[in-house]
Amino acid sequence: MRTAWVVLRKDLRVESRTLETLPAMILLALVTFVIFHFGLNRDTISGQEAAGVLTVALLFAAMLGINRLFVAEREQGGFDAFLLAPVDRSAMMVAKAAGLFIYLTVLEVIAVPAFGLFLLGPSLGRPLPGLVLVLVLTNIAFATIGTLVSGIAVNTRARDLIGPMIGLPLLVPALIGTARALGPLLAAGHATTSPPLKWLAILALYDLVFALLAYALFDFLLEE
Amino acid sequence: MTTAPAIELRGLSRYFGERTALRDVSLTVPPGTTLAVLGRNGAGKSTLLRILASLLRPHSGDVEVFGEPLPRRAFAVRAKVGLLSHEPLLYRELTARENLDYHARLHRVAAGRVDEVLDAVEFQRRADDPVRTLSRGMVQRVAVCRAVLHQPALLLLDEPRANLDPAASALVEPLIGRPSGATRVLTSHDPQAALAEADMVLALKDGRIAYAGEPAGFSDIRLRELYA
Repeated sequence: MRTAWVVLRKDLRVESRTLETLPAMILLALVTFVIFHFGLNRDTISGQEAAGVLTVALLFAAMLGINRLFVAEREQGGFDAFLLAPVDRSAMMVAKAAGLFIYLTVLEVIAVPAFGLFLLGPSLGRPLPGLVLVLVLTNIAFATIGTLVSGIAVNTRARDLIGPMIGLPLLVPALIGTARALGPLLAAGHATTSPPLKWLAILALYDLVFALLAYALFDFLLEE
Repeated sequence: MTTAPAIELRGLSRYFGERTALRDVSLTVPPGTTLAVLGRNGAGKSTLLRILASLLRPHSGDVEVFGEPLPRRAFAVRAKVGLLSHEPLLYRELTARENLDYHARLHRVAAGRVDEVLDAVEFQRRADDPVRTLSRGMVQRVAVCRAVLHQPALLLLDEPRANLDPAASALVEPLIGRPSGATRVLTSHDPQAALAEADMVLALKDGRIAYAGEPAGFSDIRLRELYA
């Protein structure tokens, strides 16, 4: 964990200087809301429709973050530098997943209120705890699957293509879980303020399986 | 008690697809030796250095560094090896000090060592500037600091003095030159300079050994043939 923290701190410092990833993720999510606003030709949306729009916006932003996850390592020799150190290679996976989780959380702190303000009909106040829980589980899915996929794609020539090609199918079950869990929370009238347990359980299980898988496989992905 | 050789290669081969980078390379390098690896571009010099650094796996043959077999004991070897390669392995947006702090933490080296190496190459004045603002020579000085931060017993030096003027070359000498006391494997675009520093020579041609032995036995004629 100590090594993961060292790598994460370095990544956050590099991002704070370059601002190459997070602002673009936020902008993409906001633009997605605008497109849906005009595309649906509606002032407000709610329920499953709103859940779908929010999930898609988060997916687009997450894919951008996933694609940029290892750019500095690839272009500036970060992989070699890391591999030359006597450290557990999985620490890089943990650091990258944690970094992506943080980016997604910051993105949601900005994008979700914007979504509530400009597009969502019902207020976000009452279902907020349930919403946060679903988004945390979603972020873990994006972070673990995204890091695994990005790790697979980074050493290939068609990395920009391979990332989404492998990542999107793997993310589909998590996205379904997210949309289904969010739907009742964003429904008009707030019939319920807690997400359906079934979808929460599916999301949590999916997170666990891919976290373990990513942790187990990442060592091999860093081989030449 | 016998001391293990710094490097022991037995029938080492490595391929990149159809291309042979190294074929059947065998060599023993005693501790404290400076080995000059010579050969034209693509002869396999950098591949050899990357295998010794545990960044590449050999496809056949045995490789041992200080008695530790690679890749099985790569973890142990990494603590003993410092690699100075073509790439500085530094993040452009971080300062020289931040980069070295990062590597010091990865290698679990005391923070004071960063100042020590920065002092050694007289870099304290620019240590807090981002690497992207530094000249190539300055970046190379920081890269030298990175490579020796953990005081490795084996230094793998791929063109170590590239971009360095004579004054900067003199500054890094105690860190990567003979005074460092480390076993050194070095490549250079200037074979005469490499030979002058070397105790042993390994000449590679198309991944195969063209000569291995003392520099005195490596004549100018052989050198010209190697680069012909």
